[in-house]
This record gives sequence, C-alpha cells and structure tokens, in this order.
Amino acid sequence: MKNLKKLFNPKGLIGSTLVILVVLIAIFAPLIIPPEYATRMDMRARLSPPDFSHWLGTDQLGRDLFYRMMLGARTSINIATSAVLMSLIIGLPLGLMSGYFGGRVDNVLMRLVDTLLSFPALLLALTISAVLGPSMQNTIIAIGIAFTPYLARLIRGEALRVSQMPYVEAAISSGATHLRLIIGHVLPNIMPVIIVQSTISLAFAILAEAGLSFLGLGTQPPEASWGLMIQASRDYLDRAPWTALVPGTAVALTVLGLNMFGDVLRDVLDPRSD
Amino acid sequence: MAATGDILSMNNLETKKPVVSINDLQVKFKSDGETVIAVNKISFNVHAGETVCLVGESGSGKSVTSLSLMRLVEFGGGEITNGSLVLERNNKQVKNLVEADASTMRSIRGNEVGMIFQEPMTSLNPVFTIERQLTDGLRLHTNLSGGETREKALQLLKEVRIPDPEKRLRQYPHELSGGMRQRVVIAMAMACRPRLLIADEPTTALDVTIQAEILALINRLKHETGMAVLFITHDMAVVAQMADRVVVMYRGDMIEEAPVEKIFSEPKEDYTKALLAAVPQLGEMAGTSEPRPLDIPGHETLQKNQTKNLTARQETVLEVQNLITRFPVYGGVFRRKVANVHAVENVSFSIKKGETMALVGESGCGKSTCGRSILRLVEPVSGQILLNNQNILALNSHELRKTRRDMQMIFQDPFASLNPYMTLRDQIAEPLKNFGLVSKSEIEDIICDMLRKVELPLGFLKRFPHELSGGQRQRVAIARAIVVNPSLVVADEAVSALDVSVQAQVLNLMMALQDQLGLSYLFISHDMAVVERVSHKVGVMYLGRLVEHGSRAQIFENPQHEYTKSLMAAVPIADPKQRNISGDISFKPIPSPVFPVDQVIESPIYKEVETGHWVLTNK
Repeated sequence: MKNLKKLFNPKGLIGSTLVILVVLIAIFAPLIIPPEYATRMDMRARLSPPDFSHWLGTDQLGRDLFYRMMLGARTSINIATSAVLMSLIIGLPLGLMSGYFGGRVDNVLMRLVDTLLSFPALLLALTISAVLGPSMQNTIIAIGIAFTPYLARLIRGEALRVSQMPYVEAAISSGATHLRLIIGHVLPNIMPVIIVQSTISLAFAILAEAGLSFLGLGTQPPEASWGLMIQASRDYLDRAPWTALVPGTAVALTVLGLNMFGDVLRDVLDPRSD
Repeated sequence: MAATGDILSMNNLETKKPVVSINDLQVKFKSDGETVIAVNKISFNVHAGETVCLVGESGSGKSVTSLSLMRLVEFGGGEITNGSLVLERNNKQVKNLVEADASTMRSIRGNEVGMIFQEPMTSLNPVFTIERQLTDGLRLHTNLSGGETREKALQLLKEVRIPDPEKRLRQYPHELSGGMRQRVVIAMAMACRPRLLIADEPTTALDVTIQAEILALINRLKHETGMAVLFITHDMAVVAQMADRVVVMYRGDMIEEAPVEKIFSEPKEDYTKALLAAVPQLGEMAGTSEPRPLDIPGHETLQKNQTKNLTARQETVLEVQNLITRFPVYGGVFRRKVANVHAVENVSFSIKKGETMALVGESGCGKSTCGRSILRLVEPVSGQILLNNQNILALNSHELRKTRRDMQMIFQDPFASLNPYMTLRDQIAEPLKNFGLVSKSEIEDIICDMLRKVELPLGFLKRFPHELSGGQRQRVAIARAIVVNPSLVVADEAVSALDVSVQAQVLNLMMALQDQLGLSYLFISHDMAVVERVSHKVGVMYLGRLVEHGSRAQIFENPQHEYTKSLMAAVPIADPKQRNISGDISFKPIPSPVFPVDQVIESPIYKEVETGHWVLTNK
C-alpha cells in the first residue's frame, strides 16, 4: 500500500500521535496510578490553581485534576468507543439494507429509525439509562441506541446513492449475489463517510456521557470521567477556570486527534488519492 | 444564402480590424505546488461576422482559451502568464483584457462579450423566471426602464424563435425543454448585442434534431447582427457546418489554423488528419453490406473476415417479442399510481450470431430502457425475450443470475461503470468468480489473455480505474463483459463519452472482437454516423416504439418513416461543401411518453416495404 505513507504527513502524524497517546493513557494510567489518587480529597487545597503539588490544580473537593484526568480517560474512551461501535453494529446493516434493497424494506426500516429520530438523542439516552439503571454498561447501551438512527440514516442515503451507480449495475450483470454486491461494492464505497461520521460521533459520545453523568445516570461519583469533570466544573468557571479547561482540553485534543486520524485513514483507504 | 454571407464576410477580413485578437496566450494552473501549462502560445484573430471554430479533444485547452477571454479562467485557479487578449470595444477603443481590472471586466462580460455554456440544464438558475434571467443583464448594462427591459426580453425570445414568448417569460427553466432552454441561454448571451459571442460546446448535451436547430439559430443571428463567433467544439461535423476558419488544438498547443475548406480538403498536420479520419461520416457506407473498421493513421486497417461472418450468421441469439416496459408515476396524497411512462412500447426484433443490431433514437425514446429490459436490469411489463431459445422473463432470480453469464453489458460512462475501489485484475476477475466458472489457477491466465485481447499492457493489472484514461477504462469494461464468453453484449452508448480518436479505436476493437469471438451486439446509440459504420441491422426508436427497422443499407439508403428521415436530415455532415444546417430549421418536438393508467395503446402495425425492412404505419 503506497498510500500508507500518507500516515506520515503532518496531519497523519499529529492525528495518530494524539490517538495513540490517548489510548495508551486509557490503558496504562489505571495500571500505574493507584485508583484512590483520583478520589482522594484535600479540603485545604480546594480549587487550588496549578502548582507543584497539584500540576493541573484541584477541583471543588480538593481532588487532583491531573490524576482524575488520567484515570478518567479509560472510562470516557471506553464508553465512547463502545457506544459508537454499538451504533455501528446496529446502524450499518440497517442503513445498508435500507439503501440497497429500497422499497418496502426501506420504508419499514426507515419509519422505525424516524421514530427514534423524533426524540432528542440525549432524551432518548436518558430514558434508556433511567429504565436500565445507572451502570457503565447501560450508559453504553443508552448512547449506542441514541446514536444509531443518525448513523443509519446517513448510511442509508449513501448506500442508496452508491447502489444506483453503473458499477453496481455492471456487477449485477456480472452475476454478483446480493451479499457480494453489498459487501464487495457498496460497503467499500461508503467507507469514507462511515469513518468520518464515526470519528465525529466519538466526540459527541464523550459529551453525551457527560450529560448522562450530570443527571446522575452515567458514571457515578466519586469515579472520574471527563464528562463528569466538565459538568462538575460548571459552578466554578469564574473562580477556577482550570477545572473546566483540564478535562475540556483532554476532550478537545482527543476529538482533534480522532478527526485528523479519521481523515487520513479515509485517504489511506482510498485508492484514488495519490 | 449562407454561402453568400460567408463570402461577404471573408472579403471584409483584410480591411477590418479583428474584434478580438489573441496573441501568444499562455495559461498556467497551479495545483499542489505543481504548475501545469494548460495552453501555450495560442494566437488567432476573430473578425466581425466570422465564425472561428476552436476544435480539439478533451484536455486540449480549448475551453481554457475561451474562459481566458472572459477572464473567468482565474476563478478556476488558472493564471494568464503570458500574451495579450485584445478586444475592440463598443467605443472602438482597443483594450488588452489581460490588464483589465475587475470592474472593466464586469462591463465587458455579458455586454460586449456574450457566452453560451454547454449544459442548458445548469446554466440557468432554477429559482428565477425566464424574464428575470433575461432582464438581469439588461438592467446591469443598459439604462432601460423596467417596462423597456421587458419589451426587450420579449423581442429577444422572438429573435431566438421561441413559440409563445409572452407565456415563456413567466415560466421557470424546468418548465422548458432542453432545446428551449438553450434558446433562452442564447437569448441571454445576445441580450446586449455582444460584439463577440463565445459558444462553448453549446450543442454537445442536446439531441441531434435540437442541435441542428440551435446551430442554424446561431448562424442566423451571426448573419443578422454581424457579430464575431468563437465556437468551441470537439465535433468535426459541427465544425464543417459552422466554421469560416478553424483552429485545431492539441494538448494546449495550437496545431493548425486555416479556412474551413482547407482544413477538410488538405489538412497539413498529422493530428488534424487523424482527427478527420476518426470521424465516421453519415452516408460514406453506401453500397456496402458489412460494417467497416475506421481508418486510424499509423494503424493498419483491420479487414473484416467477410466469408466467415456470412456463414456464421445463421442461428438466432436474441429474439425480442412485443416487449413492453413502463414506469409507474405516483401522485396524490396516497401516493397511488396515477400514470405510466411508456418507455418501451411493443418492440420486437431479433439478432443473429455475430451480428450487430443498432438501436438509434433521441434521448427519452426508450432505447436504453429497451437494452436494460433485455438484461432485466429493469423489469418489463410484458413480452417475450428469448436468449438462445430460453425465455428470460420466465426465469426466477436464481436462474436469472446464472443466465446473465450469456448477456453482458457495456455502459456509457467509463468513469462510473468501474468500482473505484477495485484493481483492474479484480474487476475483470469478478464475473469469473461470481459465476464460479474456472479454478483459481486458471483465472490469472484468462485475465492476462483478456488484457491482450483488449490491447492493454499487462502491467495494468494492479492499477485502479482512476489511473486510466477514458478509453482505457472502456477497454477494461469490454474485457469484463467478454471474459465470461457471452453470446450477447448490450453496448449502451458505449463510445459516446469518448474523444473521437479514442472512439474510433474502441469501435475497431469491438468489431475485431466480434470477428474473433462471434459476439452479437445490441448497439444502443444516438450517433447516426457511428451506427452506420458498425451495424448490420438498425432499429429506429421514437417514443418507445420501433418506428422502422431493417438492414443498415435499407435504413440509411432508403429511409421510409418520417421520423427516420428527419433524424437523418438533422445530422451535420462533416464536409464544409455540403452545408445542410442553415436557415430556419425546426423539428417537431417529441411529445411526452406519460399516459394515464387506463390508456389503451394500439398495437403497432408494420408494413414490409422490402424484404426485412419494416415500417410502422400507425401512430
């Protein structure tokens, strides 16, 4: 793959470095840092700005933001990737079938999706996790289901477009089966859209988890997650902006890294770019 | 009429100053740090009352030259790096457009220089009425009041011979047909009485009868107003009909410039000769019974093995009987079927082994739907399709998939008919794998053999479609179609998207393969001259019906149906001495093929005027 060298252009380097960094933190931070570091309170050092003893400052309960950020990475990344993966597992076949077969299949599936779409994603996630009860697994299910209709709609539109391309018709007359057409011809051609949408969804999933945590349904305090940290910082923005900046920057850098990585990945997979 | 006008303008050339004079023009495009020279050292003049045709194949820089004149090339990332574009303005002052500032250019564009674009569907704004589109330029460039601009717009529509001009002013572009829209575009370009009219492939997207009307219109307007016309085209037949002088371009260079008669009678440059040789001419096949490969200078002409063909052409490969394909139109609150588009209406014909049957007709006549119905890429309503005596319409989806092996298709657009994510090897191997015809070890040999057959280098196997030119892609599409040894190949406008020289090569390849493999082609095309060159039998389609069919000689040398005759009359002849496109030409517009659900359609009655030559006698 001569396209692989695209990974090493500036955009690809920055993107993959950020992604690898975040993944390494998510995996290794909890193995290196004792878990109580994230929950240890120091009432004398509440809302203290970054200094030598607390590199990134502390929150309203005097907990060290650096450790909370490092240890919260696993929760946030875990929930976000699992939720997006889940929405892909449900949404991709739905969208592909809907767009490819069209007609009655399309009508039935898309009405289903439209019903889900008529609820705001967060409200839907809220309802689902309220019904299932607060736990990490249920948070993933809630966000995953809430994101599915958007993905399914998008994939359906793309699949519909690609299914009408002459090369698909050519493949039909070359005797391709439905499975071969969907997997071999439609799917590769909508991959770019799926990659870009998935990386953006990851960012939204991190924030959605924050919303659920804020309402008491996502990550349960005193556990740390980036979303929870952002929500907690809300009341102290004027006095201690670092409480929002630290997890906010973590989310922003992750999202930036993912988007750049997604873009480059799309180019790597596309034989047309050279 | 036309001839005398031409002579007059020719005589004036020596004394008059040119309207526009292009000297040593060079345009560069920058992309990703690379600089590409799009046109280089272009110099020619256009005089008042004269049509200069800029002719060349895609990528020759002809459009870039015309866009430079409007200084529109800068909007596409180009840069005029050398030369001058001197325009004689309305006030008789000369202005070098290369140095003109933005406001000067605005006062020139649409005012002193008018432009007609290729695609009438997209060069009109869909949300404005025709009146608004026509008066916009007038309001900008003249001091006319609202009422006066309306008067002027009406007069312009009359000038371009649009029926019901008052009604048209209130209509939106989508309510007009393609030809009508192009007339509006011409009216817009003519609104301010430009000194120079630039027409960039104005008829390429139009049907042949509409093309004839539009070409005649441009010619008439030129004679009436005495404006200079810069006409850009790739079509040598159009050049022969329109040009006073011709500038031939190739890859950004000017190859040759000469009066039109000279270009056609004694072309100097090899490229011009090749270009002319590659163009099939309507009528040149008179008196022959077999298709003949095109002459490509530098290639030895392949002689068709006639005797072999004649003996082989006995068994019937395809028999189509009373084929009807209709598309439902849904409407109303409950999305019920309110009407039918009668795309193919009771069509019957047959093709023998090794034979090419051509379906010709204008857009919307149902020729493509007919081809797709035979492969059941669309489902026909009724009829019978017998491929090697097997009824295609009676097959279930499993059997149909197996039977498709025997009928393959070549599509029009070689850029869209190959999956961009698959290597050429995989594209050609796909049908072999799908049908499970051969073992893995044999596949490589077969693919290499196919590449040799379609005359592509073996090194292409690992390439992706975007790395190929249009002609090479179409060769891959042909290889993919014939790799499973089908008895019937449906070629749907297979060469329409290609440049003439490439078109000639692909046509020759298709004919050679027919000889080698005994293929039968259903050749669907709008191009009468190409059809005459390649086919044994011809069917003319109009409004879903086959109005006339018979052998090639019968149809082309003795057309009987009124529609066939008008189609033939509209084809521009690639000979400047035979100008058939002049004066006022208007053909009957094609009526709508949409009928109410309960419409009773009479079955067609054919009369056999000679053996095997059938003409539709009822409507």
